[in-house]
Amino acid sequence: MSACDAIVVGGGIVGGSIAFGLAHAGLKVVVFDEGDEAVRASRANFGLIAVQMKGAGNSAYHRWTRESADLWADFSAGLEEHTGIDVSFGREGCAYACLSEQEWALKIQQLEQIRAEAGNLGFDYQLLDPAEMSDLVPGIGPKVLAGAYTTYDGHCSPLYLLRSLHRAALGLGGRYVSRARVNHIKAAPNHFTVNAGGETVTAPKLVLSAGLGSTVLAPQLGLDIPLRPQRGQLLVTERVRPMMSLHMGRIRQTAEGGFMLGTSNEDAGYDVGTTTGALGAVARRAVDTLPFLTRLRIVRAWAGLRIMSPDDYPIYDQSSQFPGAFAVTCHSGVTLAAVHAHKVARHIIAGQIPAELACFSSRRFNVQAAA
Amino acid sequence: MFKQLPDDNAELVTVIIEERPVKVPRNFSVAAAVLANWTGPSRTTPVSGAPRGPYCMMGVCFDCLMEIDGVPNQQACMVIVAEGMAICRQEGARGVEI
Repeated sequence: MSACDAIVVGGGIVGGSIAFGLAHAGLKVVVFDEGDEAVRASRANFGLIAVQMKGAGNSAYHRWTRESADLWADFSAGLEEHTGIDVSFGREGCAYACLSEQEWALKIQQLEQIRAEAGNLGFDYQLLDPAEMSDLVPGIGPKVLAGAYTTYDGHCSPLYLLRSLHRAALGLGGRYVSRARVNHIKAAPNHFTVNAGGETVTAPKLVLSAGLGSTVLAPQLGLDIPLRPQRGQLLVTERVRPMMSLHMGRIRQTAEGGFMLGTSNEDAGYDVGTTTGALGAVARRAVDTLPFLTRLRIVRAWAGLRIMSPDDYPIYDQSSQFPGAFAVTCHSGVTLAAVHAHKVARHIIAGQIPAELACFSSRRFNVQAAA
Repeated sequence: MFKQLPDDNAELVTVIIEERPVKVPRNFSVAAAVLANWTGPSRTTPVSGAPRGPYCMMGVCFDCLMEIDGVPNQQACMVIVAEGMAICRQEGARGVEI
């Protein structure tokens, strides 16, 4: 039996960001994580710090996303300082290509709605005709009707991010227990015990960031975290000399040179297999956008499971039954990594989720419908 | 570097490795042809520029990438030689014309 300041259940990008934030603030942290067989969204991730398509209809979510994107440069610099790992963060914006009148109309409506809801924060975007898109992104194909550009967006290597979060937490005195699937949490107010992977650890704080596994564990903490998997399938091409530093929402070039192409949105349960139908649609859209991609070979295809709440927004909660137990979950672990490390970790230390994040409590799913 | 197993009946073809014509058995992969006529790394890596040569010989490791008949980043161990084939080192990441 050993004691620490905070237990983090789940060592993906979300749990890793929280653990890094807690350890950076001086807490002794122990992270329990599953092994390589885990359903792990962090290893399938596309790597976007995505702002342009986030938060129409939910200005709190848009603001939260913007705040994280603004913190990302400091966040990644801090990670590199602690670990020596460059996560290839770049913030050159997003140039989204629309391929039909319908998509274009929807895009304009969404952007205008975000702007209207942003209030004094503001939201700047540019609508681009095909010639302007070609100036911004060489190689745009004739099927691109129009585009939308925002400067807020960025991208990074999600794999280096995950590795650097682990290394940073370890370097700051944290511990990482792998192949330690947590099935039971012994909970009392401000006193939690986890026994997994041959280790028993107690702490006055516990953070549940176990992705899709959070749903099953939450009731043991007096929490309700309803989540469902949504499959996304991706492709990556052979490596090419760097030629695109911004991202296009569904296409980005990695720092190593491969073009990542995404993605599908499917309900497929926990099946992480790929299908030719979905991948064919991904590839079709990519070559319609950038025809030169037809000359590149696809070297890998894979699928991951997004972690979706009923309204797709994050969940931040503290248990009222067992104070000290927090849940942190979202499907945008890369975009929100900076606020998770810099802000949510501090709220957890302070013992309170502040009012501006109260709208992300899972209590929102239990409001009685008025007749 | 490598020695071929004896095969008196092997039918030979001529391939051009870095502008040097060499004769190799018709059933050789490009990677085998390169190893049998080794003069140095068959590629450099896209990120760090490290020198590499064929390794797994079964299509898995991607360390044998070469430019074959003008097409970059081919897995040399997965391509069988042909008469007159032009084989070049893959220097770092390929480019692509827009």
